[in-house]
Amino acid sequence: MSTPILDRYIHALLQTLLMVSVSMAIAIVAGLIIAVVLNATAVDGLYPKPRLNKTLSITINMFRAIPFIILLVALLPVTRFIVGTTLGTWAAIVPLSANLIPFFARIAQVSLNSVEPGLIEAARAMGCRRWHIVRHVLLPEALPSILGGMTVTAIAMIDTSAMAGAVGGGGLGDMAIRYGYERYETQVMFMVIVILIALVSIVQFAGEWLARRTDHKR
Amino acid sequence: MSLEPAMPHAPGFKQIPVRGLSINDVHDSVLRVVRGPLPSAKPPDVHIAFDGLQKRYSGRKGTVVALKDVSFNVERGEIFGIIGRSGAGKSTLLRAINMLESPSAGRVRVDDIDVGTLDEDALVALRRRIGMIFQHFNLLSAKTVRENVGLPLRVAGVKPKVVHERVDALLELVGLRDKADVYPAKLSGGQKQRVGIARALVHNPEILLCDEATSALDPETTQSILDLLRDINRKLGLTIVLITHDMSVIREICHKVLVLDHGQVVERGEVWEVFGNPQEDATRALLRPLLHDIPLDLADRLVADLNGRPGDAILKVRFPGNGLPGGVPFAALAALGQGANLLHGGLDRLRGHAQGNLLISLPAQGWNEEQARKTLPAAHIEVLGYVHADT
Repeated sequence: MSTPILDRYIHALLQTLLMVSVSMAIAIVAGLIIAVVLNATAVDGLYPKPRLNKTLSITINMFRAIPFIILLVALLPVTRFIVGTTLGTWAAIVPLSANLIPFFARIAQVSLNSVEPGLIEAARAMGCRRWHIVRHVLLPEALPSILGGMTVTAIAMIDTSAMAGAVGGGGLGDMAIRYGYERYETQVMFMVIVILIALVSIVQFAGEWLARRTDHKR
Repeated sequence: MSLEPAMPHAPGFKQIPVRGLSINDVHDSVLRVVRGPLPSAKPPDVHIAFDGLQKRYSGRKGTVVALKDVSFNVERGEIFGIIGRSGAGKSTLLRAINMLESPSAGRVRVDDIDVGTLDEDALVALRRRIGMIFQHFNLLSAKTVRENVGLPLRVAGVKPKVVHERVDALLELVGLRDKADVYPAKLSGGQKQRVGIARALVHNPEILLCDEATSALDPETTQSILDLLRDINRKLGLTIVLITHDMSVIREICHKVLVLDHGQVVERGEVWEVFGNPQEDATRALLRPLLHDIPLDLADRLVADLNGRPGDAILKVRFPGNGLPGGVPFAALAALGQGANLLHGGLDRLRGHAQGNLLISLPAQGWNEEQARKTLPAAHIEVLGYVHADT
């Protein structure tokens, strides 16, 4: 294997890692906030606000219904406004985050909803305010499950980032399409797939390990 | 003069069967009329007052009434038990005290403060004066024992060093000093409830609410938790309100009991009174396991009349609890005559009152009901029937 092609692999891998990690960070923060709001504003939540809850829920469904490749194009003006350009790796991060924030928000919401109501009741009885309950009960108790959700999201993100090539985002997926599909260099495609499998496995095992470490339920 | 000083405002007062007064109570009230309050007799110190409490839930199948017009008082420093079948409204009633559930009508006053009128700040302050423990312990799985017990103080902004010391003191009190850094999942049920108790007491509360605190525990552990609660009540003098469906819990530690059925108070009073002389079917049903009813083999052989053949009379001797401060004298039983047998039964001494049921057989010939009543004036004697000697 010659050095230039090895460089290309490394370059593509770094692009993928950059896109996935930055988008992940955004999706985790925004998704968690949305999940907490969804959980808290539910009818039996800490701050029942049924109308806000419904509006937010419908908005999330709308975003989740749009296929990524369409979102990529539809968000071009937003991307230009935030990043300053519609091309490149950073430009791909905007639609990638926009696609996975609602995805992760739903997963985290399920985790938060499955926290036992008895724990929240106990916290209220001991004189916890509502933000105390979010901080000391909801988030820590749901953490192992949320970590599992993050793993699923990160892997979905690696998968989706393959399409980022459409806006010149680069990355492993883009490389596989350009060299493997368009130039019939099957070897390159095969290598990329091996790297992706390794990447996904590492993320999966790391996620499981973290979830196990934080889970004290057994 | 009112013989029910703890019920000054209760509108539902007349529907509630007020318990018969013991000789001592009457004696006391007579003296009070003559010379005013006795120096030793404490005036009723109402800690928690329930006033016409109602709770309705509107669900898909219409409105469900969980509590209908419940009024009673809990006095400072007593262990007050609320018993009822599942769905009787116990849990709703208990949660009205710290406003985990708000009533549809009526009010609850803690130290004369209507808890329904409090804003969030005042409610948080109130809850810090009321500890609560739960059937399923409700410990945070992601926090160690120390963090669980310290959490109420931590959210109240107490300095970590003070929290640490206080948690140590409480873990010492509940006997779990060595488990401070363990996660709750590694503890047994009894240990988890001890952590729950430590957490509930960390604020030095005046009231402890127990929501079926021993229902998920085995009998031995239940006993040790009840001992701990009794100890806490004595040492710290806090008022304990507990709900349970288990009469033996009430018998074990409560001073007063209230029987709740279908959202209504059907009976209430001193535990020995309610146990010794239950008035309502709901109470009797709950008391059944403790009542020492006639055993089945004997019940099967029971006949209404011996028709002149030899046999035994079966008597049920019930001691309602008043008038026998010294217990039941053996001599009185012996006076029932030769051939009397104690078959079955039991006595409990509840706060100085001997209360229970005894099943006695006597040779049918020559037994005198009049005589028996004279020898055991404090008992209710009932002839259940007769058994033939040869069967």
